[in-house]
Amino acid sequence: MNEVILLKNGEIVLKGLNRRKFEDMLIKTTRRRLSALGEWRLTAAQSTIIAKPSDEGTDLDAAVSICRKIFGFAGLSRALTLPKDFEAILSATGSYLSDELSSVSTFKVCAKRSDKKFPLTSPEICSILGNRLLEEHPHLSVDVHNPDIVVNIEIRDDAAFVHGTQLKGAGGMPTGSSGKAAVLISGGIDSPVAAWMMAKRGLQLTAVHFASPPYTGERAEMKVRSLLEKISLYSGPISFFTVPFTEIQEQIKDNCPEELSTVIMRRFMMKISAVIAADNDCGALITGESVGQVASQTLHALACTDAAVSMPVFRPLIGMDKDEVVAAARRIGTFDISVLPYEDCCTVFTPKHPRTRPKLKYVESAESALDTDKLVNDAADGAQRSVIDGLRM
Amino acid sequence: MEAYLDNCATTQVCPEAVSALSDAVLKNWGNPSSLYKKGNEALAILDGARLSIAKRLSCGADEIFFTSGGTESNSLAILGAAAAMKRGGNRIIISSVEHPSVEGPVSHLEADGFEVIRLRADSEGRISEDDLFRAVNSKTVLISIMAVNNEVGTIQPVEAARRAVARVRSGAVIHCDAIQAFGKIDLKPSAMGVDLMSISSHKIHGPKGAGALYVRGGYKNNRSFVKISPCVFGGLQERTLRPGTEPVPAIAGFGAAVSALPDTRGELGRIYALREYLLRGLGSVGGIVPNSPDDALPYIVNISVLGINSEPMMNFLSSRGVYVSSGSACSKGMKSRVLKNMGLSGDRISSALRISFSRFTKTEEIDMLISGLRDGKNSIRRGR
Repeated sequence: MNEVILLKNGEIVLKGLNRRKFEDMLIKTTRRRLSALGEWRLTAAQSTIIAKPSDEGTDLDAAVSICRKIFGFAGLSRALTLPKDFEAILSATGSYLSDELSSVSTFKVCAKRSDKKFPLTSPEICSILGNRLLEEHPHLSVDVHNPDIVVNIEIRDDAAFVHGTQLKGAGGMPTGSSGKAAVLISGGIDSPVAAWMMAKRGLQLTAVHFASPPYTGERAEMKVRSLLEKISLYSGPISFFTVPFTEIQEQIKDNCPEELSTVIMRRFMMKISAVIAADNDCGALITGESVGQVASQTLHALACTDAAVSMPVFRPLIGMDKDEVVAAARRIGTFDISVLPYEDCCTVFTPKHPRTRPKLKYVESAESALDTDKLVNDAADGAQRSVIDGLRM
Repeated sequence: MEAYLDNCATTQVCPEAVSALSDAVLKNWGNPSSLYKKGNEALAILDGARLSIAKRLSCGADEIFFTSGGTESNSLAILGAAAAMKRGGNRIIISSVEHPSVEGPVSHLEADGFEVIRLRADSEGRISEDDLFRAVNSKTVLISIMAVNNEVGTIQPVEAARRAVARVRSGAVIHCDAIQAFGKIDLKPSAMGVDLMSISSHKIHGPKGAGALYVRGGYKNNRSFVKISPCVFGGLQERTLRPGTEPVPAIAGFGAAVSALPDTRGELGRIYALREYLLRGLGSVGGIVPNSPDDALPYIVNISVLGINSEPMMNFLSSRGVYVSSGSACSKGMKSRVLKNMGLSGDRISSALRISFSRFTKTEEIDMLISGLRDGKNSIRRGR
């Protein structure tokens, strides 16, 4: 049997002269992700990328589940390739889709004929093939409005393809097509979701994590690594930096007013991340903040953290409720890891009554007790880099 | 050099156990249930291990049943006895400071309708005999009391259970979780009046994956002196009480580790001296209070480093190769239920560390711990 995966391009079909460039990125990503399952031939034609395994025995179900996590595809289907001969299509369709057809009760046929030289029109294909399927599967009836399954026939330039209902793709833009950004990742529920959302918009991810041994343990970092593994199934490999943060936290505790310690800590995190981001060609920072969620995420506090850096800061969760973030985390698969009970650097030395309306000039004056530039540069220099790729674990 | 001072969590496998285990993996890998020579050789290994454990408990080899470890032994004892006794009543009595592997199956039975009495522990973590006598009635089906508490080392009055049962002529089954006591003090279940006793291999320098349940009078083909039913079915292994092909290598290592254990009396004296050495060192650091009572098993010393949370101190010590437990290793990151039941303040509980010795512990390791605690106390900022 000659099976392929049809990958339908998403948003990039709207692009103009540089569409080819985006398509090449998608092909490159798809080839890389699928390479774990063997050799593939990938061709782009008519807003679709056709992935054909070199080996008949390739696990196509595994390939479909990998492809559903590639940003840039609107939909995908596992399909049978046939010669453009209507008799062949008629006789093959019913048996190719027989498992699916026998487990449902209604269907419709949907034909797309992009090769206009094919002798039958689309409505003719639908009608003849529909009747044939009704004969072969007498329990079925046709429902053109709400069918349980859509039988798709695509007559393309080089071949005909038969497949069932199309699966939804991951959407978004091809990885890397929007450049690079650095996400501040703690191990909580929010930052992994923020990272995923921006990766979906085509950003290649660098991740920055702050470790404060002995206040945080090795398990906290291991937890962040498993979170990034999950995200990397969508985003591709992630450059991961672990920043030594103990000294900064201790200095803040020893020298700054307790009620400002959280906002000062977050400003340090932004500054260090900005240095790492700049060194690694990242054009923006990503955080999981949402207005009003905690004291450090009030409008005043966000203004203070924003003022710490000059590069754009993306906060994709800014208008989301916690339950919406949790639902997204469950979909991505990070929720169960995020709720593991290990201390992270954000909860070390949490003040009892953090200032909810910090003023920038007071925060800056409190910070002047510290040698900020040296602390930031030392921490950025001391960061350990590794690469996280969930597909290659 | 490392200082491994968390021997209640697990222990280093001793050379004798490694060699027995490796022989069983490489040479005698037959199935003990096979009736030809290769099977018989494997069976002989099981019999040898069974005998060495029986000797240690002064019981018959036919009273020892292998399991996958301490947790399974406790579940088999509790669920198995409750199933066999359910027509005799519905009260189960345990202490409020049992290990989760006892509390877990008992809570499960409670949800199924059994009445559970959890005996209160005093400030030293010990239950009172009077409370036990008052709790036992003729409808009591099971009493489960640990020999030594796993977090603070308190020794429980297990022997009182038999007297309590005799007073009201109850047929209750008496189980003892002796996982932390086995190999460290002399245990003779028949003299203690215990019907079922759980022990584990990896707490006494054997490999993980093996444990045993002592069943007074044995068990064979659904007949036993003590009322107990299997929880797993479908084979003749372990005289049908615990079917399934035996993990011969782990059991071989278990048996060898038991045979290699030193004589308890002499070793206990050495451990008392180690504890004295530790307590003197802790005193020199200052600001550290012991949570274990003086008459606890000296292998376990629970302390609180006042003002410093357990986790940062544990992480700090870990970075120097000194390993102690913040609470119990079996409940990661959870606040100790045992210390809470002893009535300790929140500050004491959140700063608690458990230090536990083994027959391989040296004074140098305690020196490393003391200097680690001293430096940690000076550098770690106080918590919330």
